[in-house]
Amino acid sequence: MKLHEHQTRHLFRKVGIPLNDYRLVHHPSEAGEAAAQWETTVVKAQVLTGGRGKAGGVKLAQGSVEATEKAQDILGLEIKGHKVKALLVCDAAPIEKEHYLGFIVDRSRRAITLMLSAEGGMDIEELAATKPQAIHTLSVVPGESLDSAALEALLNQVFPFPEHQNQAKDTIEKLYNLFMDSDASLLEINPYALTPDGRLLALDGKMVLDDNALHRHPDLMALRNPEEERDDEREAREKNLSFVSLDGSIGCVVNGAGLAMATLDLIKHYGGTPANFLDVGGSSNPQKVTDALSIILRNPQVNALLINIFGGITRCDDIARGLLMAQKELEINVPLVIRLVGTNQEEGRAILEEAGITAGDDLDEAVKAVIAASRSQA
Amino acid sequence: MSILIGENTRVIVQGATGRDGSFHAARMATDGTRVVAGVTPGKGGTQSGELPIYNTVAEAAKEKGADASVLFVPAPYAAAAVEEASNAGIPLIVCITEGIPVLDMISLSRRVRERGQVLIGPNCPGLISPGKCKIGIMPSSIHRPGRIGVISRSGTLTYEVVHALTHAGMGQSTAVGIGGDPIIGTGFIDLLERFEADDGTDAVVLIGEIGGDAEEQAAAFITHSMTKPVVAFISGRSAPPGKKMGHAGAIISGGKGTAVAKVDAFNKAGVPVADTPSSIPSLLAQRLKI
Repeated sequence: MKLHEHQTRHLFRKVGIPLNDYRLVHHPSEAGEAAAQWETTVVKAQVLTGGRGKAGGVKLAQGSVEATEKAQDILGLEIKGHKVKALLVCDAAPIEKEHYLGFIVDRSRRAITLMLSAEGGMDIEELAATKPQAIHTLSVVPGESLDSAALEALLNQVFPFPEHQNQAKDTIEKLYNLFMDSDASLLEINPYALTPDGRLLALDGKMVLDDNALHRHPDLMALRNPEEERDDEREAREKNLSFVSLDGSIGCVVNGAGLAMATLDLIKHYGGTPANFLDVGGSSNPQKVTDALSIILRNPQVNALLINIFGGITRCDDIARGLLMAQKELEINVPLVIRLVGTNQEEGRAILEEAGITAGDDLDEAVKAVIAASRSQA
Repeated sequence: MSILIGENTRVIVQGATGRDGSFHAARMATDGTRVVAGVTPGKGGTQSGELPIYNTVAEAAKEKGADASVLFVPAPYAAAAVEEASNAGIPLIVCITEGIPVLDMISLSRRVRERGQVLIGPNCPGLISPGKCKIGIMPSSIHRPGRIGVISRSGTLTYEVVHALTHAGMGQSTAVGIGGDPIIGTGFIDLLERFEADDGTDAVVLIGEIGGDAEEQAAAFITHSMTKPVVAFISGRSAPPGKKMGHAGAIISGGKGTAVAKVDAFNKAGVPVADTPSSIPSLLAQRLKI
């Protein structure tokens, strides 16, 4: 689950991480009012995607009038499919130097890794690709505290003056505790800026939380932003289906995430376009097939359906029953290709055959058939 | 031969009285696995089918002897159950459960490794040495005993590949689903090492997916340390960036973890990458010159 900058800032403020003054606003006039208190104001779109600056979602303004204008420009922009509905207006205090500071779950080290760089502002991924030696790292295992001596050595490389090292150390410790206490998978301050009067401030904040751990953080779960998901994706999540909307025309119902991905890849490989990723999950509940199909069929772009089941925990007879249920409840008026193998495949096929439905057993053949069906509908 | 498990592996089932646990405990036994006991706290002294149930792993292991434990424990309790198995000294712990918080798994997976134990998963289908032992949820009927090792981050996609191998007359020494989470107990490299050392394995199929860089690291390892042929498959080539594709670990973030980068890494390591699951056997046959 992703948080907005303003939500992350709120958490920073709560744990005492110094940051520049800011306000969250929803109307241009509010932006103007807030801007009156600062010499220069930065107006920032609040959207759950990166690259706001490049998309025109971050602008500087002098005084209220200009801030109101800029706010007007940015509100209503669409950035990578995300409509801008809220703005952050902040004190654009002068900056002497920008740094990068962040913590991530580090898969290969099996640890939480601190990343610190004297080259802030730009994307850390870009920096990692072009100048990896500029990123200093220190790993820590959850439950342990940061190695103080190693941290000091690292700070020494990035900040020449002790007073800045001390400020950064304090912020890093607070950031680490916030990361652990909220079960984050990513938490970053970029830029982490040094002002001419010698203060280190967070000028932006990005936070991603572990979905698996949200159940133990009801306060954070309440921060979920509905716009992070499309309506169909939210409905699928609420029905325990793993669903991602894509822009093609072949609707897919598959069991298992890896096989579902591979099925989409095969559709592309043979020249078709998938409309969605959908994993019906391991347990065989016939209702899930109906739920899945009802979500997929609401997409007007879908002109053919592929059901690909390799039964393990999932039983083919349950899928077959689910499909017959779905046919009764929903109007399926697009061609349907079914591939059904694995646990109880004979029983499953018998159920379908009685209803006049044929199921295949070869995946490549099924994919080619559904592509042909989709083309004939287009 | 095989890796990690064999005919004599004695298996405990944690969460043996639940819906999935009881079903698969029975399935594993039918498939020839020596399932010796079940563990469900509070149900000690009862039976699930013919399986004696104990309150703790330590008790079950002491009474019955155990080389492995498999977990069907719900996510909120699963990390504690892995820890219990580890504390009881079980050498091989297989965690089927999906949805365990990542931070819990970091310290736990490290502790298990430091003790010299092997954790497979979480969020995995388990492992099977066909004809000898199955610890997990895969349909045994699609497998055949043979000399191909299989390592996969997926469940049902592994079945698809095994199905294709069996059809092509290529049996399996051991097939291991390592799990779809960002932090897992045992990775590609751990198992490549074991397959390289296993007399019963001639070649390995590696099934990766988008997210993280475990495939890139495996490719580097293969270049330096593998003499046996490896064929790879990567799923998620058509996945959009920034979206979690079912598995918690299957996400392209910040331009990292793409299928293209993984395919490139394997190509550089001289590992052929199959375009489709059904083309894996012919790539293997070429590499094995059969």
